[in-house]
Amino acid sequence: MTRRNIIALALSLGVGLALVARLAVAADMPGVTATEVKIGHTNPYSGNASAYGTIGKAIAAYFKKMNDEGGINGRKINFVTYDDGYSPPKTVEMVRRLIEQDEVAFLFNTLGTPTNSAIHKYMNQMKVPQLFVATGATKWGDPQNFPWTMGWQPTYQAEGHIYAQYVLKNVPNAKIGILYQNDDYGKDYVKGLKDGLGDAAKKLIVMEQTYETSDPTIDSQIVNLKNSGANVFYNVTIPKYAAQAIKKTAEIGWKPLHLLNNVSNSVGAVLKPAGLQNSKDIVSTFYLKDPTDPTWQNDAGYKDWLAFMKKYYPEGDLSDLGNVYGYTVAQGLVQVLKQCGNDLSRENVMKQAASIKGLSLPMLLPGVKVNTGPTDFYPIEQEQLAKFDGERWILFGEIYDASKK
Amino acid sequence: MISVGLRRVVVLAAVVVACVLPFVLSNFRLFQFTQVFIYAIALLGLNILTGFNGQISLGHGAFYALGAYTTAIMIDRWNIAYGWTIPVAGLLCLVIGFLFGIPALRLEGLYLALATFALALAIPQILKYFEHWTGGSQGIVLSKPRAPFGLKLNPDQWLYFVTLGVLLVLFILAANLLSRRTGRAIVAIRDNPIAAQAMGVNNALYKSLTFGVSAAYTGVAGALSAVAIAFVAPDTFNVFLSITFLVGIVIGGLASISGAVFGALFIQFVPNWAQDISKAAPWAIYGIFLITFMYAMPRGIAGSLRLVLGRLARLSGETRRVA
Repeated sequence: MTRRNIIALALSLGVGLALVARLAVAADMPGVTATEVKIGHTNPYSGNASAYGTIGKAIAAYFKKMNDEGGINGRKINFVTYDDGYSPPKTVEMVRRLIEQDEVAFLFNTLGTPTNSAIHKYMNQMKVPQLFVATGATKWGDPQNFPWTMGWQPTYQAEGHIYAQYVLKNVPNAKIGILYQNDDYGKDYVKGLKDGLGDAAKKLIVMEQTYETSDPTIDSQIVNLKNSGANVFYNVTIPKYAAQAIKKTAEIGWKPLHLLNNVSNSVGAVLKPAGLQNSKDIVSTFYLKDPTDPTWQNDAGYKDWLAFMKKYYPEGDLSDLGNVYGYTVAQGLVQVLKQCGNDLSRENVMKQAASIKGLSLPMLLPGVKVNTGPTDFYPIEQEQLAKFDGERWILFGEIYDASKK
Repeated sequence: MISVGLRRVVVLAAVVVACVLPFVLSNFRLFQFTQVFIYAIALLGLNILTGFNGQISLGHGAFYALGAYTTAIMIDRWNIAYGWTIPVAGLLCLVIGFLFGIPALRLEGLYLALATFALALAIPQILKYFEHWTGGSQGIVLSKPRAPFGLKLNPDQWLYFVTLGVLLVLFILAANLLSRRTGRAIVAIRDNPIAAQAMGVNNALYKSLTFGVSAAYTGVAGALSAVAIAFVAPDTFNVFLSITFLVGIVIGGLASISGAVFGALFIQFVPNWAQDISKAAPWAIYGIFLITFMYAMPRGIAGSLRLVLGRLARLSGETRRVA
């Protein structure tokens, strides 16, 4: 045998063996080896929704921490994250890349309502978990029709309910003006508010304005709302537009009761750019501990988070709630992986995700717990109201539980 | 000039390679190439208008959306086989493009660009307004078609061949159209409208017709994209899409038929590479790619290839003469 032949033989044998080994693993648990579990993720790192990019970075940083500490059940997490620019066709392409080419075990915390809608059916056809999606739309908790998709945060509708109750109780002669993003997300919030107001909705809501994610500004909508005579401003916008809205209301001297959706109540990403003085007296809801709130200065959960940020994500903004969100949802996944034990098949991942009982995570507000079940695909359903005092959010009132009507 | 023979060989070779790909590549790669073909059809449509006829459009995303929604609504609401919806989408865009072309006659150059830009801006909102038909911001979810006649192809392979087939037919039609009388008239209007008119070309009719044909191509591409992605939503068809098309034809090569394919490859793959190079600033990397391409190949990829092939042909011609 010539030297070249030997090399050729060795090579083909090696490739063949590698293929066999790969197939053997792929047969039962795609994306899982003895030392690694591969997890896919999409996030807008660019474009109009890029303020959410930090969530993906915080998650990646947390998994790095877990890996440095030896991984989970001896397996390290290989976190593959791609930019979809918040564009549904790009999400489809990137998700197909993740599942068919990178062969990830499952998707985790893919961000956005239209983007997740575009892959909803595909994921359920492929029977790959679409776990803890980063959107509060109501449709993600539908285990009967979409058993492979699960939400994470409180739904937008549930949050709308809370605001409705607050307004009914505290604002006599309320005239509500609404600004919302013209899509599922915006409409869910509006539906929640209207359901919560009940029969009074028609009378109390004096104007509804919308915007598109491609709009450069929402200034004219704000002016219209002011002119409608509204004394309550229900602000259902993503961070970029929320900051614009807060700035503009201050600029034109409009002083309504400002109800800001949870999506955009980050001090770092929204209130600071909008101006802290302009943000005074805004009301919003929380289920996470706000890192700018001194209440938590000596809280063990906050201290751990701070240490994590300094070590693993030092360039991250310490006042950005997105970093708390990413940290917490990553911990939620770690819990699922721990529960899975050695069986990381897609079926078992889904099964374990649907059997989380009373899990408290360090950066969830005290009293807020993660609960799921075979028919309950809404992990977090509790929230509390807070008011911004010009420097920080001050929590007030009871913990509201949307699962108990 | 490259000889007709050489060009035929190159095109034939490309088609053969394209037919082999589905049996070599993974389904995901096939999906990407299907998207390339779809973009190529859209880019050819825009190139007929902008490259050959000299009318700038910043709003072709609107026709792409119109085609996509025509198909999606016909499949979703009326259960019509997707194969029938594609020509309907093309015809509808032809008519609407033609009608839009008539008032556009009064607008030259940058003013037309602005008018079409307005179209691109308006389309997502218009789609959301007719919620009853379009499903509003939720969009419409479709199912991927399977291969008919018991063909042993998976849905991705089948869609790939469908798209390739449509692409070839449309490219041959365009090549025929542009190389004859009509094509010369279209180009003459771009180069010197007054002289064209003096030669007896009906400028108004030709410009509107070109707009219609261009819109029809882009509409067919949109229809195919609806089938391939199996989801349409208004957010897909934003202004950025229209601008991406313009980038594609300039990078690929203005007034070049093959340029549409090169442009499509660019807009499909370069953003992904940019992301692989830097997660932090993918669009900056994309920008660098764009500037480099424009600097190195000012006449687009097709223009540069033509230059290189032409030189090679001349060289081999000279050696033959010497020998």
